[in-house]
Amino acid sequence: MIFVNIGLVLVVAAFAISLLRVVLGPSLADRAVAVDVCFFSVVAVFALLAARNELAAFADAVLIASLVGFLATVSLARLVSRGRR
Amino acid sequence: MTPIAQVLVCVGALLIALAAVGVLRLPDVYLRMHAATKAASLGIAFILSGAAILLDDGVASVKLFVAIVFQFATAPVAAHVIGRAAYKGGVNLWKDNRYDELEGAATEPDDPVTL
Repeated sequence: MIFVNIGLVLVVAAFAISLLRVVLGPSLADRAVAVDVCFFSVVAVFALLAARNELAAFADAVLIASLVGFLATVSLARLVSRGRR
Repeated sequence: MTPIAQVLVCVGALLIALAAVGVLRLPDVYLRMHAATKAASLGIAFILSGAAILLDDGVASVKLFVAIVFQFATAPVAAHVIGRAAYKGGVNLWKDNRYDELEGAATEPDDPVTL
């Protein structure tokens, strides 16, 4: 259990660090990449909570999140290129 | 089994933290993308397989393994699209970068390649 707790702390730290890049990051593409890492860490938090509290329902959330997660990045990429492909 | 799962979870979390540090410290979008996509995908795969072992539920473990497969299928797509959009949108390369193999390709008016 202690290892899962350490993992949770590390992943939340990763979320905070990449949020810093979202705030700083000069271009929109930087922000899109950083939001991608934020999303990855949210998925990781779901999985860790599922393992920690024996909540099998979180597995569904992880599955759906990893399916639709890249759609946000793709639509942000459309914004970065200002509508042009 | 459980110690293996705990080590997997810890290594995965460490990889995600490394990816975040890379996103913060590397000098331009393309290098940051390299940290974000590769390290974070591997970290997610480790964490999900650790959680699948820790969960005493066969159905949930199968769901987590399917999620790993989807992660490896979708993360490269996202990275490719964002890198292409950044180059087309005129995001500058790092000042110490020596080669730009796409030089001139971005300015063609009717590029047949879409997305």
